[in-house]
Amino acid sequence: MIALQGYGIGLKEPARRGSRIFRLSTDDKRPGVLAKQECFLSKDGKFPPAFAAGLCLGDYVPATGYDHGIWALPEQLLYLGDGDIVRIGEIGEIRVLFRKNAPMNYFLLTERCNNLCLMCSQPPKNVLDDYLGDEVEEVIKLVPENTDAIGFTGGEPALLGGRFLDLIQLASSYLPNTDLHVLSNGRQFVDASAARRLGAIGHPRLVLGIPLYSPSPATHDYVVQSKGAFNETVAGLYNLKEAGVRIELRVVVHRQNFTQLTRLANFIFRNLTFVEHIAFMGLELTGYARANIDSLWIDPWNYRSVLSEAVLRLYDYGMNVSIYNLPSCLLEQPVRSFSRKSISDWKNEFVAECATCGARGECCGFFASAGMRQNSHITAL
Amino acid sequence: MAGEYTLIPEQAFSDFISGTLHQDTDAYAKLLEAGFLVDDTSALSLDLLAVKLRTKLSNISRFTSLHMIVVTLRCDHSCPYCQVSRQSEDKEKYDISPETAGKAVDLIFRSPSRDIKIEYQGGEPLLNFASVEFITKYAVSLASKHNKNVSFVIATNLSRITDDMLQFCKEFDVSVSTSLDGPKDLHNLNRPMSGADSFERVASGVDLTRRFLGRSSVSALMTTTEASLGRVKDIVDTYVEMGFPGIFLRPLSPYGFAIKTKTYSKYDTRRWLDFYDEGLEYILQLNRLGVDFSEFYSSTILKKMLTPFSPGYVDLMSPAGIGIAAVVYNYNGNIYASDEGRMRAEMGDETFRLGNVHANSYDEIFTSDELLEPLERSFTGSVPMCSDCVYEPYCGAEPVYHHATQGDFVGFKPLSGFCERNMHVIKRLMSIVEGGSADSRTLRRWSIR
Ligand code: SF4
Ligand code: SF4
Repeated sequence: MIALQGYGIGLKEPARRGSRIFRLSTDDKRPGVLAKQECFLSKDGKFPPAFAAGLCLGDYVPATGYDHGIWALPEQLLYLGDGDIVRIGEIGEIRVLFRKNAPMNYFLLTERCNNLCLMCSQPPKNVLDDYLGDEVEEVIKLVPENTDAIGFTGGEPALLGGRFLDLIQLASSYLPNTDLHVLSNGRQFVDASAARRLGAIGHPRLVLGIPLYSPSPATHDYVVQSKGAFNETVAGLYNLKEAGVRIELRVVVHRQNFTQLTRLANFIFRNLTFVEHIAFMGLELTGYARANIDSLWIDPWNYRSVLSEAVLRLYDYGMNVSIYNLPSCLLEQPVRSFSRKSISDWKNEFVAECATCGARGECCGFFASAGMRQNSHITAL
Repeated sequence: MAGEYTLIPEQAFSDFISGTLHQDTDAYAKLLEAGFLVDDTSALSLDLLAVKLRTKLSNISRFTSLHMIVVTLRCDHSCPYCQVSRQSEDKEKYDISPETAGKAVDLIFRSPSRDIKIEYQGGEPLLNFASVEFITKYAVSLASKHNKNVSFVIATNLSRITDDMLQFCKEFDVSVSTSLDGPKDLHNLNRPMSGADSFERVASGVDLTRRFLGRSSVSALMTTTEASLGRVKDIVDTYVEMGFPGIFLRPLSPYGFAIKTKTYSKYDTRRWLDFYDEGLEYILQLNRLGVDFSEFYSSTILKKMLTPFSPGYVDLMSPAGIGIAAVVYNYNGNIYASDEGRMRAEMGDETFRLGNVHANSYDEIFTSDELLEPLERSFTGSVPMCSDCVYEPYCGAEPVYHHATQGDFVGFKPLSGFCERNMHVIKRLMSIVEGGSADSRTLRRWSIR
């Protein structure tokens, strides 16, 4: 598990107040015009003059100071490197916003949400958090143009309305070659004009990842703790399709819906044939999922055969389907090839048994948070 | 009508009918998901059904896409089941004239369909290849003028195929559909020609065509005759051996030998069903052994049953596919609503003649009573038995068949071989799909072919 924040020890006090976002550089020949907006990352305690802030891999006492101070990185952030983007606060709070070497970086647009999913890993807060959008705006401009993929997440990002569209437009303009994956519940797009405006941006690499838990409105609404959500999400899916927006369906599997997976597969094929991809996902035991563990948890071993049936059914019908977040040894052999290494690297872990496993290379392992680690069915393949 | 189905226990069904089915049952959820039941949680359900229905019927709004042109009636074969071809050297009499061909193509491009498919029919079209070339070039020029897509296929026995013809086909993207009735002895028995080597000619023709146009450029169609009935495995094996991806186990034609009396035709249907069942089982067995091979009559019905799409197969549509999905321009300029309709005409029955390219306008032809009557009368949503039939969404109207066998466009379904055949086939396919074995996966894959 990779940490994304920590406190730096002040090696040189900042001359200015306030927190700022910086791209890190390890280049001591960096032209001043760029360096003056960046943070220098030093291995040996030497700091060239022109930078705005400094981070240090060791506990050296630097000769010079910067406007925004120089800080010694805490243990857990020593992995930082050139091109990464961080926010540094005035007392040395460091938050990692973008890691250049990560396969995927997600940006939180808002903590507000109109669903209240039983297993939400990022429980919503009803707070005024417009600053998050401001931050993302700044970061997007700093992200290297050759980045493979970035993501927007929430809360429900689409709740930002016009601001949401602006951020998509910004990503489309600054990072036209970068996949943009947005996690949304789709409900805002029950308003066809909202969907049309999103489509009109015409970002060819934009995909909306939208959860659908059940073909039964009652079950889906229960899982997301919101009456009418199913109808809004499905209507939203149709509007997005009309607007030419690409869609991925995300099905987290848990106690409430595992018996309905093949029916869900049928429903998707008959009604939502236009979606580009369907991902069945193991449950991540964080956030609300921990609190609701009794009503949600079911050992993936116990639903492996219905999962296979649903996956193969969609596959036979020519749909593009994957399995995320489930270790290969908990899947039946015919569907192992649908499994993707999907757990964000910073949440990802393996256990002792995995050391001798032939599938280790293709296996997505576990969420660091997962109770599955004690699963007696984990066996090297 | 949208083609949804769901299986629930009989008790749940009677509860549903009597309005006492409990909300917490599996059956309730299944009925709701398929759109049979609407409650206050499923406000969207009717919209979803509407979309599905629109998708299923979208081929009607596109109107006629398949246009068959009979370029000659002359043929070098004398197949007993063929009602139309002539053994003659008289080109004047039996070949299409350039004027007729030109008018036919003009009419074809009046069709609102974006994608036009022209199929050359005979007789043997290769005996009048000059017309094939003329029509193809003219159609290509009209297609670019009207901004439409056009594709071509020649229905040929391949006995006269040459390198030059294939070069032409390659240049204009013309694909080939041939006739293959089974193993050599059966094929040559069904399809006599001087030299008695029809099978050898098909085999080498298929090979040559594939060399020029690619592996999947040749399809083959089998005609089921009395002699075929006991030989389904041999027939399938021939197709597998020759590298075809599947076979269409075609129903017995009522237009030839089988047409004697109503009861006789029922008896024939039963014999065909045995043939089909045995063939299907054998093909599934091949699939279990890892051979990817389909049966196309099944896949057509499966598409209607399991997918939101419609196969656009003329015999299994309602409103019927005649005229709407396909239309035939005969060598003499007569226009027929279907290929069977033109065969009836050769037997003296002009019921399905819609007009003539020289005498009638597009509007006259496609709003003629000869087209609208059978379409309207045979619509399965309103005819006795079909309108209450659980299999109606997977079946079709087929006015030509019922006219030929029973003398009217609707027919009395309990005596209809068409009805009996489809009931049997649909039931059988559904039980395999729901059976949950490896075979159900095979059938699901067929449904999207
Ligand atoms: S033993 Fe470990 S690496 Fe192997 S499949 Fe299971 S979880 Fe994955
Ligand atoms: S099976 Fe028979 S009754 Fe049912 S729709 Fe088909 S023809 Fe009509």
